[in-house]
Amino acid sequence: MSNVIKIKRGLDIKLVGVPEKELKEITSSKSYGIKPTDFPGITPKVVSKVDTDVKAGTTLFFDKYNPDVVFTSPVSGKITAINRGERRRILEFVIEPDGKNESETFIKNKPENLSREEIKESILNSGCWPFIRQRPFNIIPKPEITPRDIFITSFNSAPLTADLNFIVKNDFSAFQTGVNALTKLTDGKVYLGIKAGEISNQFTNTANAEKYEFSGPHPAGNVGIQINKIKPVNKGEVVWTLNAADVIIIGKLFETGVYNPMRIIALAGSEIEHPKYYKTLLGTKLSDITNGQIKNKDIKKRFISGDILSGEKISENDYIGFYDTTISVIPEGDKPEFFGWAKPGLKKFSFSITFYSWLSPNQERNLDSNLHGGERPFIVTGELDKVFPMDIFPLQLIKSVLIKDLDLMEELGIYEVAEEDFALCEVINTSKIEIQKIIRDGFDFAIKELG
Amino acid sequence: MKGLEKYINKIKPNFEKGGKHEKWGSVFESFETFIFVSSKTAPKRGAHIRDAIDSKRLMSIVVMALVPAMLFGMWNVGYQHFLSLGTDAGFWQEFIHGFIKVLPIILVSYIAGLGTEFVFVYIKKKEIEEGFLVSGLLIPLIVPVDIPLWMVAVATILAVILGKEVFGGTGMNIFNPALLARAFLFFGYAKKMSGDKIWISGLEKGQNIIDGFSGATPLSQFAGATKEEIADGGFKIIDGLHNNIVSAYDMFMGWIPGSIGETSTLMILIGAVILIYTGVASWKIMLSGFLGASALGLLLNVLPDGLNPYFELPFYYHLVSGGLAFGIVFMATDPVTSAQTEKGKWIYGFLIGVLIIIIRVFNPGYPEGTMLAILFMNAFAPLIDHYIIRGNVKKRLKRLKVKS
Repeated sequence: MSNVIKIKRGLDIKLVGVPEKELKEITSSKSYGIKPTDFPGITPKVVSKVDTDVKAGTTLFFDKYNPDVVFTSPVSGKITAINRGERRRILEFVIEPDGKNESETFIKNKPENLSREEIKESILNSGCWPFIRQRPFNIIPKPEITPRDIFITSFNSAPLTADLNFIVKNDFSAFQTGVNALTKLTDGKVYLGIKAGEISNQFTNTANAEKYEFSGPHPAGNVGIQINKIKPVNKGEVVWTLNAADVIIIGKLFETGVYNPMRIIALAGSEIEHPKYYKTLLGTKLSDITNGQIKNKDIKKRFISGDILSGEKISENDYIGFYDTTISVIPEGDKPEFFGWAKPGLKKFSFSITFYSWLSPNQERNLDSNLHGGERPFIVTGELDKVFPMDIFPLQLIKSVLIKDLDLMEELGIYEVAEEDFALCEVINTSKIEIQKIIRDGFDFAIKELG
Repeated sequence: MKGLEKYINKIKPNFEKGGKHEKWGSVFESFETFIFVSSKTAPKRGAHIRDAIDSKRLMSIVVMALVPAMLFGMWNVGYQHFLSLGTDAGFWQEFIHGFIKVLPIILVSYIAGLGTEFVFVYIKKKEIEEGFLVSGLLIPLIVPVDIPLWMVAVATILAVILGKEVFGGTGMNIFNPALLARAFLFFGYAKKMSGDKIWISGLEKGQNIIDGFSGATPLSQFAGATKEEIADGGFKIIDGLHNNIVSAYDMFMGWIPGSIGETSTLMILIGAVILIYTGVASWKIMLSGFLGASALGLLLNVLPDGLNPYFELPFYYHLVSGGLAFGIVFMATDPVTSAQTEKGKWIYGFLIGVLIIIIRVFNPGYPEGTMLAILFMNAFAPLIDHYIIRGNVKKRLKRLKVKS
């Protein structure tokens, strides 16, 4: 393959607790949850009320402003609760399985034999549509807009994340079917980002997609970086992005005609006894996976649904996020440190060379979620650029969002980025600014202004 | 440590919302986080691991880098003093004399500056920003040793208020606060900031000074030099004692009169190595600054002589004299007031170097141009960035046009 792109700027953070390539099946879960809060920008309208029986693929709610975009139950059972938060915002639908394994039925056919409309309808009605996200703004796309191209990333590069090549192991044909379906949905191409230099990487066998290999440190696996290097998003254009793990679920929809959101999830992090992979359904309760796997109960833990750089902190009784294939568990680290800023810091993690830990760059570190300092205005310049491998000025873009200058945001490239692309910036930022939140707020602001 | 932690946790509720000293909450927090790095953890969504670096660490590295220049400055103050008396006092006596002279200036600068900062911490209800930890040490190093302490206090307070806090604090200011303090002194109390008599401790009073001791800095000698004084053997300047030639080597080592911390290029370079190695300050600004000064120095050398004898000064004399090295290494690289784009840093640094030499050579009023050059470029840094950023914007627009 000739298309190799080298990512130069970035950072691989080496952490303790990388998952072993070992798979354990979780068969019995007492409840599953779907959280509308996983989907920024949507306003949920309830379809299935509490106590109704649902099948796998039955609509739970839809987006008020895009009624065709529905969100469905991952399992057959009964809705036992719809939990709400402040101002009656819906937080989660809780479904108790009935063990009948009933499913709604959708088209079962090879995507090659189906029309664009049929494929779209099937993806929409089954609840697979939310797996697709668009640039700009990293939100669920409007069904009526045909994307310029579709981009799929086949590897995660953030620390401790699931190895998609391991996940796809037994499901490569489903992945291929998914790709075939997606090719029908765009007038452009389907692009697949592949990790360079991997032996026996199944994704290199993918047909019907334009393949690009990426080498270099995180964020090489971020689809946004890949788009920026392959064919950047311009103003007025829309492209779709997917993660290979989600393409498998779409593929299975067409292969079996039912919605079966099987997930292989990596349980990782320094606080896990034996980090490995678990096969389960989307929306599983976290404790079903972590049960008996947590080290030393005395230390306060932080459970993260998603990767350690941009996931969400949840409790053990919460449900795993819709898009997440990784659970990271690390110490919370909510302890003050005596003159911490003045210590030599042999074991501290720092991208800078201001602590003596630069002497041991390859050591796997055991990090907690302490901020290690107070929030300040931006002081240091040039540091963000070192971990932001796009042709965009990260600091200036962030500042344009802070001053809510829509024209400037547009000029500086807001359409090309997602929160996760700024994750490393947030990690290394001396001023401890919540950069990913600023970017999300920028999206919300832009969506509101642009109507 | 445990006891201290317990004590702080005990008194903390008084300073929190609803506590009886609620108004002092931000002041309390400033002290607390100085002793204990806060126990705050990452928010619910976002990056859950964070770099160990914070602005306290950052500033402490800069302070560390300033220490060699500061210690040397203390010794040199003593050395110059005893030179003017014509006695050889020995290293320790020289150092102690300097230490006693310099320490009060450092203390006044920190007390006045941090005091002002804390007033704003109290008013703004925000934790203290660490920027002044550096400014507080920079100010003493760029003033002459005999400066009256009250002037240091006034200038520091003005610099913190007008240079920083009116813009919103560290990170928001346009001009380097330490240089602003020096500019206030320079224009407000010019008598105490320029001339030949102010650079050596005790020289102004004139007691026991040996005959013929001038105290003039190399720069002021350059400016006043006639063509005849520039012999073909190079540019010859003399130190306080008769006919002792000060070589470029002496200026590099720093045993010459000048502001407290600016004289030793060697010590400044040690600081520069620390700053560059840790990545705390931009090597691009430093390198391009020296390149800019060298380029103009060389350019002046090739211009026809007779225009101005100063043109003939070998370019490396410029690099080791006056505040050039100190300014370029410690002041021009202030990330807040310098250019923020990487390409912009090259331009910004280069122009500072060029401007320093222009002011030195072409302006008979000011023997030294470093302060004004950096302040001037502070004002222009956003403009430089603007053009660099427009370049990126244009590229993006072009991509769109090519498509359609």
